[in-house]
Amino acid sequence: MAEPVLSARNVTKTYGTGEVQVHALRGVDLDLYEGEMAVLLGPSGSGKSTLLNIIGGLDRVTSGAVSFRDRDLTNVSERQLTRFRRDHVGFVFQFYNLIPSLTAWENVALVTEVSKDPMLPEEALAMVDLTDRMTHFPSQLSGGEQQRVAIARAIAKRPEVLLCDEPTGALDSTTGILVLEALSHINSELGTTTAIITHNAGIRLIAHRVFHFVDGQIDKMTVNQERIAPAEVTW
Amino acid sequence: MVMLDRKLTRDLLRLWAQVLAIAMVMACGVATIVIAVGASRSLEETRSAFYDRYRFGSVFVTATRAPAYLADRIAEIPGIAAVQPRISQPVLLDIEGMAEPATGIAVSLPDFSEPDVNRLYLRRGRLPEPGRADEIAVIETFAEAHGFQPGDRFKAIINGRSRLLDIVGVVLSPEYIYALGPGEMVPDPRRFGVLFMSHSVLADIADMNGAFNDLAATLQRDANSERIIDTIDGILKPYGATGAYSRKDQISHAFLDSELVQLRAMATVIPPIFLFVSAFLVNMILSRLIQLEREQIGLLKAVGYSDLSIAWHYAKLVIAISAIGLIIGAIAGTWMGQGLTRLYGQFFSFPFLIFRRSFDLYIIAGGITVLAALAGGAKAIWVTVALPPAVAMRPPAPPRYRSFFSGRLQKLNFFSQLTTMSLRHMIRWPVRSALTALGTSMSVGLLITAMFSFDSIDYMIDTIFFRADRQDASLSFTTARAPSSMQDVAALPGVLRAEPFRTTQVILRNGHRERRLAIAGVPDDADLSRILDLDLNPVPPPDAGLLISERVANLLHLKPGDSVEIELLESGRRVEYLPVSGVVRGMKSSGDPVEPGQTALGMATGGVPVTAIVQSYVGLAVYARNEVVDRLMADGTRYSGVRIAIDPARLNELYEAVKQTPGLASIALQRVSLGQFRKTIAQNITVMMTVYIGLAVIITFGVIYNSARIQLSERARELASLRVFGFTRAEVSRVLLVELAVIVAIAQPLGWLLGFGFSWSVIKGFESDLFRIPLILNPATFATASLIVIAAAIVSALIVRRRVDRLDLVRVLKTRE
Repeated sequence: MAEPVLSARNVTKTYGTGEVQVHALRGVDLDLYEGEMAVLLGPSGSGKSTLLNIIGGLDRVTSGAVSFRDRDLTNVSERQLTRFRRDHVGFVFQFYNLIPSLTAWENVALVTEVSKDPMLPEEALAMVDLTDRMTHFPSQLSGGEQQRVAIARAIAKRPEVLLCDEPTGALDSTTGILVLEALSHINSELGTTTAIITHNAGIRLIAHRVFHFVDGQIDKMTVNQERIAPAEVTW
Repeated sequence: MVMLDRKLTRDLLRLWAQVLAIAMVMACGVATIVIAVGASRSLEETRSAFYDRYRFGSVFVTATRAPAYLADRIAEIPGIAAVQPRISQPVLLDIEGMAEPATGIAVSLPDFSEPDVNRLYLRRGRLPEPGRADEIAVIETFAEAHGFQPGDRFKAIINGRSRLLDIVGVVLSPEYIYALGPGEMVPDPRRFGVLFMSHSVLADIADMNGAFNDLAATLQRDANSERIIDTIDGILKPYGATGAYSRKDQISHAFLDSELVQLRAMATVIPPIFLFVSAFLVNMILSRLIQLEREQIGLLKAVGYSDLSIAWHYAKLVIAISAIGLIIGAIAGTWMGQGLTRLYGQFFSFPFLIFRRSFDLYIIAGGITVLAALAGGAKAIWVTVALPPAVAMRPPAPPRYRSFFSGRLQKLNFFSQLTTMSLRHMIRWPVRSALTALGTSMSVGLLITAMFSFDSIDYMIDTIFFRADRQDASLSFTTARAPSSMQDVAALPGVLRAEPFRTTQVILRNGHRERRLAIAGVPDDADLSRILDLDLNPVPPPDAGLLISERVANLLHLKPGDSVEIELLESGRRVEYLPVSGVVRGMKSSGDPVEPGQTALGMATGGVPVTAIVQSYVGLAVYARNEVVDRLMADGTRYSGVRIAIDPARLNELYEAVKQTPGLASIALQRVSLGQFRKTIAQNITVMMTVYIGLAVIITFGVIYNSARIQLSERARELASLRVFGFTRAEVSRVLLVELAVIVAIAQPLGWLLGFGFSWSVIKGFESDLFRIPLILNPATFATASLIVIAAAIVSALIVRRRVDRLDLVRVLKTRE
């Protein structure tokens, strides 16, 4: 089997000190492989986001190890983590996190300006079908359009990994499907390893593999023998 | 309400750094009011107590020699309360261990009673006893400068005779609170002494038995001083009186007055700047706070809190901040005000100081501060009141941004996206950005105002000492001398060049406009003392007619070619007419004898922008050739004194010779004066610059820190997102700092303009017959002011930058703004 792109080994994460301690992760193992689409499923507080933040270089483990290809991410400096995020990871969040003072095109250009081998911003926007909305500011876009701009921004630098935390969480089913289609399209087109957090069980069917989180641990992993198209997802 | 108050306390604690920054700005406003008004009230109180208790005169006059019985006639003038006829005599002092000659004035004390006017405060020893030859009391500043105690002795030449004088007492006089020597620019207590002697003794020495040459009078409460002055002039006219003058023209008094004017000016010019800035800061912080608490406000309204109680809650926050500022300002102001009063006490010699505690000041300052702050917060508070609860509970509509360009131009990338973020944010809140720039520019303006006087003084020093009056010293004769006296002076050791001058007191009249001044005669080949035209080029004195300074031309509405009426005060008040030949700069040597009632130099010791004014720089200068003055006076060629250039190597020899020369009234040592002048200025610069830099730094810090904190609070989410996308801390900070940098940059030219305006109004505010300061601003002053403000801005920005470094990335991503 191929080497994993990202892997977590026996990762634990504890918040707080002293008497009040929250165990967000209690020994998690996870591998993400080249080109795969994974869904992380589970109720709120089950540790999905914590794990995603850790493998995305936004947070650090309490114990255990994380690595990207053959590079250790556990004991690196803040500067190296920043570098890792900049060069290899694309993020998509529930609330889009667009810069309100920049247009759609500029929000994408923000990232391409500092990337090594980016696509053109208009190319990335075309992939999410937003060519005609390039000069609009976020406040002039619908929620689904904003999320697609966020996706375009995340993929414009051709990241090896795309991490999405509840990308459809703030959207209705119709726009949610458009967003999932964009993600799916990018996964198949560019071969970007994609992890999607959701608590919408219907979405699991578009993934290659599904990780079920319960109480800070991965309860089980299922492999979808047959994936469905995003349009078929029931909300 | 209890819960809301608890919220208020916690808000204050949470926002402590911003609250303190605003309170400090307010404190500066309060402190400047308390310092300036407090010190001026204390000084005024001290001065009036000293005047009252020691019966300081209201009218003064000098004559050549008036018979004693005239004093009784003057005393009978209606409105006069008391008169004191006196003898005053210039003296040359020869003090052991001191190379340069010092000058002084000997003033008589009545033999068997205390003076009725201008009494002395006895600090040590006793007053001279009647008839005891050579006993003197000296003023305290002079005694301290030489370490003199009762029992010490020194030599002096009085009326051409050298005598050994015994100090029996050390005194202070209301007449010499500011003791300025003839031709001096600042008091030099080492080189100028006031000596008090028994009347009978001084009358013998000065050949003044049965006569007086100086008189001071006090007036009854509602006396008409102008009529009294006219009557006195009428009585003393035949006895060489050059005209009585009132207290406002008395040197020491006029000086103190100008200090008080400056202090009061400080209380009206500076505090409004701080009040404006603090109102703006309150507005900024409150608007943001209310924006953040929008949903809470909606909730409070929904559960039944009235609009008024919510508005009052936020008003209380403003009042609490003002109260902190008021307390800090009042304490600092009181403390510094007393310090300043003490400093004045040292600079002027008062026997005691009265500190007036002015509680009304705290109330006024507090009231103004709270009102200004509430005015600043009014709009923000109004917005909360106006919001319907249902609307308040929803998040506000997203801000609308605009592109710099539209259409295809939008694709042009002039700036990186990070810079674009900064600039758009700035343009999105243009009023706030403009006010932030304006607030910052005020610090620049304040610093320029603090520093411009040094440029102006440098300019004046250069013009006076190196272009106009280039002599090393000026010798004044006791009475006008024949031309042969020139040979005596030229023969003194070390004299390289000598130029005689003749001055005379006149009233210059054009229609109903008149001014009392002195015509300064200059030789036609004058090289030491030169008359400068409006472009500072030397001009020779005209064969006939007068050259008048700009100020005189404006005051008397004269232009070249006009004829002017001249009343000769030293020649029986005869009236002559002369044409005006030209208008010139009007830089008069301070070495010429100071006319009575003309101040030589103003010196602010406090945090007042105007540090020094050389009266002689402007005064009311009128020039003519020596021969023209001779013709006016119609008594042949006479000289009032000589200006000399000295060989520095033979300076001590010259000093020795001057000390032995009878007939010299005074010697003004220009170079020594300049040194003393510069020393005094240097001391003041340090104190003043420290205070002003402090004030400017507080404003800059208050403005920049608050504005950066609010930006950070508004944009935390955006900045954290950038960090998530892999931007480094430095790159993310840049988004904040570029905006601040642009604002600070815009503030610089604005601040230069403000500084120019402030300085100009300061100059206009102080302009008078006595004082006029040229407005000179060197590029270095603008640069220094900007550098100080930029440095303060960088420090406050760096403090905020540390917060950018500590942004919690994970948390902001999970929340909707």
